[in-house]
Amino acid sequence: MAKIESAFVDLSYLDTLAAGDSVVHRLDPRVKVVTTAIFLLCVVSFDKYAIAAMLPFALFLIVIMGLGGVPASFVLKKLAITSPFAVMIGIFNPIFDQHIVLHLGPLAVTGGWLSFLSIILRFCLTVTAMLVLIATTGFNAVCMALERLGVPKIFAVQMLMLYRYIFVLVEEGQRMHRARALRAFGRRGLDMKTFAHLVGQLLLRTIDRGQRIHLAMLCRGFDGTIRIRQQLRITGRDIGTLLLSAIVLIAMRQLNLALLLGQLLTDSLP
Amino acid sequence: MSHHIVEVQDLKHTYPDNTAAVRGISFRIHHGESVAVVGANGAGKSTLLLHLNGYLTPQSGTVRIGDFPLTRETVKDIRRTVGMIFQDPDDQLFMPTVYEDVAFGPLNLGLPAEEVEQRVQQALSRTGVEHLSERPPYKLSGGEKRAVAIATVLAMSPDILVMDEPTSNLDPRSRRSLIELLAGFHHTKIIATHDLDMVMDLCERTIVIHEGRITADGPTAAIFSDDQLLRRSHLEQPLRMQVCPVCSKR
Amino acid sequence: MHMADALLSPAIGGTMWAATATGIAVCAKKVQKDLDDSKIPLMGVLGAFIFAAQMINFTIPATGSSGHLGGGMILAILLGPCAAFLTIASVLTVQAMFFADGGLLALGCNIFNLGVFPCFIAYPFIYRPIVGSTPNPTRIAIGATLGGIIGLQLGALGVVFETYLSGISELPLKAFLSAMLPIHLGIGLVEGLVTTAVVTFVWKARPEILQYSALSRPLGNLGLRKVLIGLGVAAVVTGGALSWFASSFPDGLEWSMAKTSGKEELEAPASGIYHLLAGIQEKTAFLPDYGFKNSGEEAAASEGTAPSWPAVDTGTTTAGLVGGGLTLALAVVIGLLFRRRKQTL
Ligand SMILES: Nc1ncnc2c1ncn2[C@@H]1O[C@H](COP(=O)(O)OP(=O)(O)OP(=O)(O)O)[C@@H](O)[C@H]1O
Ligand SMILES: [Mg+2]
Repeated sequence: MAKIESAFVDLSYLDTLAAGDSVVHRLDPRVKVVTTAIFLLCVVSFDKYAIAAMLPFALFLIVIMGLGGVPASFVLKKLAITSPFAVMIGIFNPIFDQHIVLHLGPLAVTGGWLSFLSIILRFCLTVTAMLVLIATTGFNAVCMALERLGVPKIFAVQMLMLYRYIFVLVEEGQRMHRARALRAFGRRGLDMKTFAHLVGQLLLRTIDRGQRIHLAMLCRGFDGTIRIRQQLRITGRDIGTLLLSAIVLIAMRQLNLALLLGQLLTDSLP
Repeated sequence: MSHHIVEVQDLKHTYPDNTAAVRGISFRIHHGESVAVVGANGAGKSTLLLHLNGYLTPQSGTVRIGDFPLTRETVKDIRRTVGMIFQDPDDQLFMPTVYEDVAFGPLNLGLPAEEVEQRVQQALSRTGVEHLSERPPYKLSGGEKRAVAIATVLAMSPDILVMDEPTSNLDPRSRRSLIELLAGFHHTKIIATHDLDMVMDLCERTIVIHEGRITADGPTAAIFSDDQLLRRSHLEQPLRMQVCPVCSKR
Repeated sequence: MHMADALLSPAIGGTMWAATATGIAVCAKKVQKDLDDSKIPLMGVLGAFIFAAQMINFTIPATGSSGHLGGGMILAILLGPCAAFLTIASVLTVQAMFFADGGLLALGCNIFNLGVFPCFIAYPFIYRPIVGSTPNPTRIAIGATLGGIIGLQLGALGVVFETYLSGISELPLKAFLSAMLPIHLGIGLVEGLVTTAVVTFVWKARPEILQYSALSRPLGNLGLRKVLIGLGVAAVVTGGALSWFASSFPDGLEWSMAKTSGKEELEAPASGIYHLLAGIQEKTAFLPDYGFKNSGEEAAASEGTAPSWPAVDTGTTTAGLVGGGLTLALAVVIGLLFRRRKQTL
């Protein structure tokens, strides 16, 4: 329960961030969605021991975060909350992969630790990318962009409505749950019967609400098609930005920039 | 202008679980009239209102809006004439932003983009919420939500406004500004409410409903001074008409 | 129950994405053509309802641990297969986006496992024939429980096969199956019982809701066969294309990557045990919070793609360390610069 509740605080905070204004905010949402997709594909396709090669992607994110005014503290907090899962999955690697791959002075580093670090890094990159997209675009604009990019309209509308009513229903659910908790006198957890009663009640209210919304839609001429004002307009600047970031991302994926930089330095040293 | 007449004749409605919510109601409301529908909880007010825009079709009796009886064929036109404002504005604001919500109706009417824009702006400024247009509805206060809900209906330019408990959940100030807003409209208004003080401000005529039947229909002032009638219908006089318990003055 | 990216190869992930996308497209068409447009807002609020309901935990009888609603069966019962599938897909998408649940690569698999099986198998072939057009508590109980169990068994099978076909896990198919299926028998039973309880509650309070959905034909004119064949064909075609792609490049998924030379191919020691343990860890993590367990993007990572060791070339290593350190430093500096600028603004 706590997890979801705190997640909802973040949800509205992300909304606030998305309402801001910056170079990144002003980009067409489609550009941002496609760039994020390229970013994720690049990161996910790295091999399991990649670390240095992935770092430039972090750089990319940090630049975008800086330009878009996404506070690092928020992203770090969010990463801290979600990372235990990554750590849980990754921690098996150092245990079972004890093959030593390099010596750092007295320290012997095993393949397991490398792949563990790689997992954590990958996790941070993908989660941050998703957060940055939403914090600079807003969930609604992301849905609209998806619709324009070919996602079926009804699916996009469905996500928009789901997002719209998450706030209403979670509050309603919390009210009911609190009311019950007040009468439970400290007993924790619900037995199945009480649970069914509570959730069933919430379900009935939800169905009624669905009907009332339908009525409200009908009253305003709804005929089965949702029409949304299309205000997305792609400019030359947007296309330029998209091309540029695509080139940068693919270059970072294909060329191990960090390694090249390191080689340059180590080679130039005597 | 006969086309703004609302006429209900011997209307009955029974829900699937056999609750007879409306048990034979008849009235006639003329153009420009402002009518309150009052009655205790469960008296059948909401059920009655749901017939006025064709959400429920009469099981028996008739509903006429303007020159047309409400039927499957006419329901679409009738919904354009009758604007319905819901009890819970969250039900009415289902789009991602206020602007989108107000534009929803005009877009469905197939209006050209400029006219949609113009209607949205007009409706928003009429209700005094232009500054909210890019906000998501879940970030509005109760009073703002209500104002936006009214804007969504105004954007359809209805002739008749039907409202279910418009002042519920509003703080005194929001309630006052809503009443002033409504007083400025020249539409035919039908308002179901428990807020009898508002009725005194807005409606010259009142219909009292009790257990699915009309128990009184007449000038608001006359009805509210009939203490007996009100008590029979499980109602009370509006506060400002009651004798002050401290100083015994009205 | 969530498929983890960790066990998933991009080829299988991509295939499942394609299959799921096809499913969404077909269902979207179907729902749009459907005469009943009241489903559109209902889908939206029921999706939000699933979130709200999952906030509420219950105690699983006889175990003391707590669980929450999955919701797939309930949605199918209330909305019918296509609309329910779209709703489940949107719930999982929002979860993947905001809660980092499941991971984006695995999203295709998750929608498939948690959406297709309850909506297109358990509901039309189990729940509906049992409950028929006149629901009553006994029929609802049998239908929802069996439906819940079978839906989740199939979902678990999906996880096993997706993992197996990904070729990452060394875990023998049989061992994996014999671990996953019993666990999900329990989970399915609980989901079935909860579904029964909630649906029965609705039936008692407002029978007309179920009556109404019971009268509609589950798949309308579309026909279940068409849906399944469509999904199957999409999966086979994309799977075929992707595996051809993968096999024509020795490095599998890394086909897009220029390979570094001189990789030593070594057998990973104890990889069997590793995967066994990972499997156990997966299983145990399922139970307490199975509905929408987090597994993160980490995934693809946990077991890379080739069972090979990274290049052990000291020159490269040093360069990598230096370069990596520098990049990191650069990142920090840029971050600080941005912060400074914002503060002075
Ligand atoms: N969907 C429904 N199914 C069954 N019975 C219903 C339904 N809606 C309302 N009723 C019943 O019909 C009767 C009239 O309800 P209605 O909502 O019209 O009353 P109301 O006058 O609007 O009350 P309130 O002042 O509380 O809003 C009540 O007894 C109620 O329980
Ligand atoms: Mg009412």
